[in-house]
Amino acid sequence: MLEIKNLHARIAEDETEILRGIDLTVKPGEVHAIMGPNGSGKSTLSYILAGKEDYEVTEGEILFNGENMLDMEPDERAAAGLFLAFQYPIEIPGVATMEFLKTAMNAQRKARGEDALSIPDFMKRVKEAAAHLNVSMDMLKRPLNVGFSGGEKKRAEILQMSLLEPKLCVLDETDSGLDIDALRVVSDGVNKLRSPNRAMIVITHYQRLLDHIVPDVVHVLSKGKIVKTGDKDLALELEKNGYADFIDAAA
Amino acid sequence: MPAVQETIDQVKAIDVDQYKYGFVTDIESEKGAKGLSEETVRFLSAKKNEPEWMTEWRLDALRRFQQMDEPNWARVSYPKIDLDDLYYWAAPKSVEGPKSLDEVDPELLATYEKLGIPLREQEILAGVEPKNRVAVDAVFDSVSVVTTFKDELRKAGVIFCSISEALREHPDLVKKYLGSVVPVTDNYYATLNSAVFSDGSFVYVPEGVRCPMELSTYFRINEQNTGQFERTLIIADKGAYVSYLEGCTAPQRDENQLHAAVVELVALDDAEIKYSTVQNWFPGDKNGKGGIYNFVTKRGDCRGKNSKISWTQVETGSAITWKYPSCILRGDNSRGEFYSIAVSNGYQQVDSGTKMIHLGKNTSSRIISKGISAGKSSNTYRGLVSAHRKATNARNFTQCDSLLIGQDCGAHTVPYIESKNSTAQFEHEATTSKISDDQMFYCLQRGMNEEEAVALIVNGFVKDVIQQLPMEFAVESQKLISISLEGSVG
Ligand SMILES: Nc1ncnc2c1ncn2[C@@H]1O[C@H](COP(=O)(O)OP(=O)(O)OP(=O)(O)O)[C@@H](O)[C@H]1O
Ligand SMILES: [Mg+2]
Repeated sequence: MLEIKNLHARIAEDETEILRGIDLTVKPGEVHAIMGPNGSGKSTLSYILAGKEDYEVTEGEILFNGENMLDMEPDERAAAGLFLAFQYPIEIPGVATMEFLKTAMNAQRKARGEDALSIPDFMKRVKEAAAHLNVSMDMLKRPLNVGFSGGEKKRAEILQMSLLEPKLCVLDETDSGLDIDALRVVSDGVNKLRSPNRAMIVITHYQRLLDHIVPDVVHVLSKGKIVKTGDKDLALELEKNGYADFIDAAA
Repeated sequence: MPAVQETIDQVKAIDVDQYKYGFVTDIESEKGAKGLSEETVRFLSAKKNEPEWMTEWRLDALRRFQQMDEPNWARVSYPKIDLDDLYYWAAPKSVEGPKSLDEVDPELLATYEKLGIPLREQEILAGVEPKNRVAVDAVFDSVSVVTTFKDELRKAGVIFCSISEALREHPDLVKKYLGSVVPVTDNYYATLNSAVFSDGSFVYVPEGVRCPMELSTYFRINEQNTGQFERTLIIADKGAYVSYLEGCTAPQRDENQLHAAVVELVALDDAEIKYSTVQNWFPGDKNGKGGIYNFVTKRGDCRGKNSKISWTQVETGSAITWKYPSCILRGDNSRGEFYSIAVSNGYQQVDSGTKMIHLGKNTSSRIISKGISAGKSSNTYRGLVSAHRKATNARNFTQCDSLLIGQDCGAHTVPYIESKNSTAQFEHEATTSKISDDQMFYCLQRGMNEEEAVALIVNGFVKDVIQQLPMEFAVESQKLISISLEGSVG
């Protein structure tokens, strides 16, 4: 599904190198966790996957279902099935969450040559998905992310994800800001989306999320490189001993 | 919400250069002589079979106009307009009283169809859903040629006709109210209009009557070189209510076209007038060439106690807009409202706003202005809120928000506040914002393209004003705003 080969990237503005040779292959049905210290480049990697302009790829390539993803615009990547749940979701004043959802869903459908959803069909889908994530009708009427609590923002991200039905989900610290109950609700929502033809990359600092969303593979990212890859037990090890062992090994 | 999708389709189909309504209707026109003179005014007045007093009224305005200088305080600039190079009279050829739509020039009907005004459909729909009916007094160039729904309005006692007809049928009403809100010498353009106004709408809603449908006039400038000087007069008698919709489009041209309309509203005791405008005249091509000059005087007089006047405007067109719909809050407890969306792109120049003049006791006003500037345009909000000595407990709330798209445009807010009464409470809030790269990226990541993303964010920005518009105008407005911003990103 996703193949990242020797990816080097820097900040476009000041040419600071952030990613220094990342190799990562994610197959359909797999869930990969990416862990790593603050500032190691996890969010940067997710932005580069989504096509944010602030970064420049200097070397390497990214293939998404065999296609060169670096040639695609952000909206084309989205229509092709890439979804990024933002670490810091953005506020869109005056635009009701419901309206945003409809615009996004229909934009992707149009890009794929499908018809726009009928209003009843759309409403049915939203109500169903919102119920699973404990998102109230009231919240759907409010402008997207404006005045939402940290937890509400994260739930709104997962709501978008479940409605857009992406092929590859990238979740950037979706667990941060969630209380214990919300963590369970959101994890259940994510798990419901696990399927043999969908893959996920879960960026997190904490094992508690991985207790709910059990990963197939765990990577440790440090200073822009993957320094260790293992199975789910690697996360437990990190929780116990911290990153010191791996970072030193890489240095 | 469905409007957003439609918007996108429309945006796709249109290039900045290919103004959608930029076509010229091929109907033979009868024109008067060029130039501004006593002769022109007499010719015009005679053509319209006006009573003697009207001719004199015009001539008086002309004499005063000849003593006046063009104002230059607005933040707009344009080459001098040669008033002697304009025609002051043009009428479609066959205007002699069509009794029904069937008698109307098919070319004309086709024009309206292109503009998306389904006159015929409206009549058919009429029998089905009376509440949603819109009566259209269609102004084609200078003379009203089609008026629908007249019978039904007559049953309710509502007079809705052209000013020319009102001068013939209801001269006393016209004489009583014309120029009573905007005096002949109010300002340069209003005085010009008083001398040579061509036609426009007249509405009188009698005491206690709630007008059974929304009244709508579509204006269209069609004759090359014909200055348009519309005159509209709306009177809501005691306890009456009326909602009036005005929408404009114009064909694409090279030469600039002048438009100097005057609109007067009078609300007596307990009456309410809601006046909504969607203005999308040709703004000029992508190099700023062509486009309409729009110098309008719109004023409402809350003459009676507990009266209310509300202006809602969506301004997307014109090369230059100079327009300040205002309210004189004369009656005690009267209320004035101004809701505005002004979009400028390309080389458009907008200087618009409102005046709320508090004269009576316990009067209140509300101003919500949303300016969106893109391209190399300039967008100025100019507003005055004033309280007279006797205006105890005057209240005003003003909110002016500007949204900038791109680096080369400008937004300015010029609020004037004058209070001669210590009990007045005036509140003013202003913000200026940009569509951030983060917002754009977020929307793109969800699959929208750049135009869809801008349309969505802008629709969010103007929502408070769109909500004030009647349904059919709300949808149209969202489309227009998006069309106007086409090509402003990327
Ligand atoms: N647009 C930018 N401008 C300047 N510096 C940037 C930019 N984007 C990323 N960086 C820097 O790159 C490094 C990696 O940042 P990134 O956000 O990818 O880290 P992270 O692994 O997601 O950290 P955290 O766990 O705190 O979320 C940091 O030092 C950060 O300050
Ligand atoms: Mg991060």
